[in-house]
Amino acid sequence: MARRKEIAAALREIVPGEGVIDHQDELHAYECDGLTAYRQTPLLVVLPETTEQVAAVLRWCHANGVKVVPRGAGTSLSGGALPLADAVLLGMAKFNRVLEVDIDDRIAVVQPGVTNLAVTKAVEGQGFYYAPDPSSQIACSIGGNVAENSGGVHCLKYGLTTNNVLGVELVLMDGEVVRLGGRALDAAGLDLLAVVVGSEGLLGVVTEVTVRILPRPQMARAMLIGFPSVEQAGQCVGDVIAAGIIPAGMEMMDRPAIHAAEAFVNAGYPLDVEAILIVEVDGVETECGHLLDAITDIAKANGCVTSRVSRSEEERAKFWAGRKAAFPAVGRISPDYYCMDGTIPRRRLPEVLQRMEALSEQYGLKVANVFHAGDGNLHPLILYDANRPGELERAEDLGNDILRLCVEVGGVLTGEHGVGIEKRDLMPEMFSETDLAHQQRVKCAFDPELLLNPGKVFPVLHRCAELGRMHVHRGETRFPEIPRF
Amino acid sequence: MMTDTVRATSESDVVEAVRDAAARGEPVRLEGGGSKSAIGRPVDGAVLSLKGLAGVVDYQPTELVVKVRPGAPLAELEALLASERQMLAFEPFDHGPLFGEAAGRATIGGVVAAGVAGSRRISAGSARDHVLGVRGVSGRGELFVAGGNVIKNVTGYDLPKLMAGSWGRLAALTELTLKVTPLPEASSTFAIYGLDPERAVAAMARALGSAASVDAAAHLPGETAATVFRLSGFEPSISERAQILRNAVELFGTLEPSAHDVWRDISALKALPPDGPLWRISIPAREGGKVALALDKLGARWLLDWGGGLAWASSDAPAETIRKIASGAGGQAMLVRAPEEMRALVPAFHRAEQGLSSLEARVRRAFDPQGVFETGRF
Repeated sequence: MARRKEIAAALREIVPGEGVIDHQDELHAYECDGLTAYRQTPLLVVLPETTEQVAAVLRWCHANGVKVVPRGAGTSLSGGALPLADAVLLGMAKFNRVLEVDIDDRIAVVQPGVTNLAVTKAVEGQGFYYAPDPSSQIACSIGGNVAENSGGVHCLKYGLTTNNVLGVELVLMDGEVVRLGGRALDAAGLDLLAVVVGSEGLLGVVTEVTVRILPRPQMARAMLIGFPSVEQAGQCVGDVIAAGIIPAGMEMMDRPAIHAAEAFVNAGYPLDVEAILIVEVDGVETECGHLLDAITDIAKANGCVTSRVSRSEEERAKFWAGRKAAFPAVGRISPDYYCMDGTIPRRRLPEVLQRMEALSEQYGLKVANVFHAGDGNLHPLILYDANRPGELERAEDLGNDILRLCVEVGGVLTGEHGVGIEKRDLMPEMFSETDLAHQQRVKCAFDPELLLNPGKVFPVLHRCAELGRMHVHRGETRFPEIPRF
Repeated sequence: MMTDTVRATSESDVVEAVRDAAARGEPVRLEGGGSKSAIGRPVDGAVLSLKGLAGVVDYQPTELVVKVRPGAPLAELEALLASERQMLAFEPFDHGPLFGEAAGRATIGGVVAAGVAGSRRISAGSARDHVLGVRGVSGRGELFVAGGNVIKNVTGYDLPKLMAGSWGRLAALTELTLKVTPLPEASSTFAIYGLDPERAVAAMARALGSAASVDAAAHLPGETAATVFRLSGFEPSISERAQILRNAVELFGTLEPSAHDVWRDISALKALPPDGPLWRISIPAREGGKVALALDKLGARWLLDWGGGLAWASSDAPAETIRKIASGAGGQAMLVRAPEEMRALVPAFHRAEQGLSSLEARVRRAFDPQGVFETGRF
């Protein structure tokens, strides 16, 4: 704690005034992110306002061997911004300006603390929007979106953050400022931007982001379709795609999720079905009409029992209201819930749901499912009560088994929420030690002392020197110009 | 030139070849179909051919993914996808014709390694946006896996995207999982004739910023300068979108229906001389007009794609002059084709600034500590 005083004093030299927080009461506000089951008060919080300050803070921490955890809006669902007791929490909230909008180039240049929705707000007057729309878009920041490679319900058609970011300004742990990508579509050299997006704050601190903005489609219309079985709903999704249709969004909810959502927001969901699909199409009127007709036929062929097309913006919003409120709705019927995020090959859905039901019985915990059906991204919500001893642990064990199941059928641990601290120890389910070493050496190239956001993503943090070890043949190595660490 | 070629037909061949090269302390140049082998500094030395590591491993049309080996010919893969009415949305093309050779040699591994994307890149992204997972052998001679086999995945660093456009300097890819998308039911091409480059770029910006969902926009200069736009998608929507497009660009001229072949001619650079130095200049789209005028002043032949964001230029002007035009516009210029003497002196890639190039070197060393893939070609 003596160290805290020393660090606070040094950082106040860099970020004067209120920018350094070291009082216990105030630090509590930062003790968790969206994954509230994990809590830890940070050593202290620093809130810089300029790239120069970020660089100076990182340079000082680097020189003094102090760990740093970057944080955007703190909405991560995987504990990506979870503080460490012995690390400075670097909050980017003050980087909240939209720097430039260029309609001719269809880009916006924003600071990382700008919220996802604020980017759209800044360009909607000119008929544009920013496509990735994670459900936390009112609160989550673009910097956090870059760190997590955030998705949303429209990413089937419009891509994840990585497909919509053109460039970043990045401060490395040693204080060096680099620009990756830019306004041109293809930058020279290696595509380092590609690894920075989705790197969960382990490679550098983003201080500026250039995003691609898109012209707002003329209209969007949604369909609400009910099925007597999850299998039929799943087959319908596959048939829509086989018909060459990539809807703007295609969401599925199972019976428990439908009932929870309907009780909460009265979205008008049918209650006597096992699954609903919400399918949204966008574009010009003739296109929307054409696609809705085609999807209606496909749904009928798959035995749907209800099918409604939105006739107004209000009705479309109502169809979505239940889906968008699914998490809090489940929060009403259960004291706590735990949200998973695996992706599976869609054709394995019936089998995965069956096995998930068996697991749910085995653990004695209910599961409600919402599902980005188009891209196979599952969000099973495990219902539990943290006040009952052992139930949180049981929920976590069930969650881990569900993710193992996703990997077993050819899927992945996380589709959009990130590995963070939550799924770190499951990484070996998907990757061998050699695979992980190849990833971690990239970390070493950016942050050789492993000071930035340590303890996230990788189950074991090997020292970089250890990872770099290799058999040298005949005493020859190349790159003699680069010093070895 | 002396070359010693190892032809891999299995993953273990690749591991062995890379380990051998490391043991000898000699670099090895990766090659697919060889359609791009005349890019970069001419180098001697061993070649590891991945052409024999071919074939489709798994194709699931309704999952929107295909898993292929790197040596699979691009044309064959595209034909397979087309048989299921699907495609690679980034519109990759074969470099062979740019070097006076017949098309057909390009492989999917080479396309991804070189980050090749055609006119639809402006709306659908590049090769990097469609690589979901890879297996590969790094310069350490170790087989590794990265990414996944599903279209939505954020587990671990996105190394598959890093491999795209790395020109074989990080790893020899042995398997790639790619995202595929439905083939548009219909496509229509329209043109405005007679615009100067700056007006053409402004018209393309208006078109791409409209609700018409333009999927490609390019400009071909000359006597009958043509600014061309493509609309793709469902048949019934195209006429409505054409009207939106017509309104968006009416200040610039009359939109006329045009032949669809123009896109094939653009990817083959038919409008440019078949030999002599060829540059690929990537710039912010709004700079396209100015860059084109600067190229005109040099007497270069050029065309603009990607709404102005990509200039292909054929010019004998000194490399520094071309690169100055590119960097002055906030972009970069790659030397794609040139006589050997020129390629021996002029690096293919635009040089990055100091801090970035040392970070890049550290990343390259992370995958390839001994420089097995550092042939000096780039």
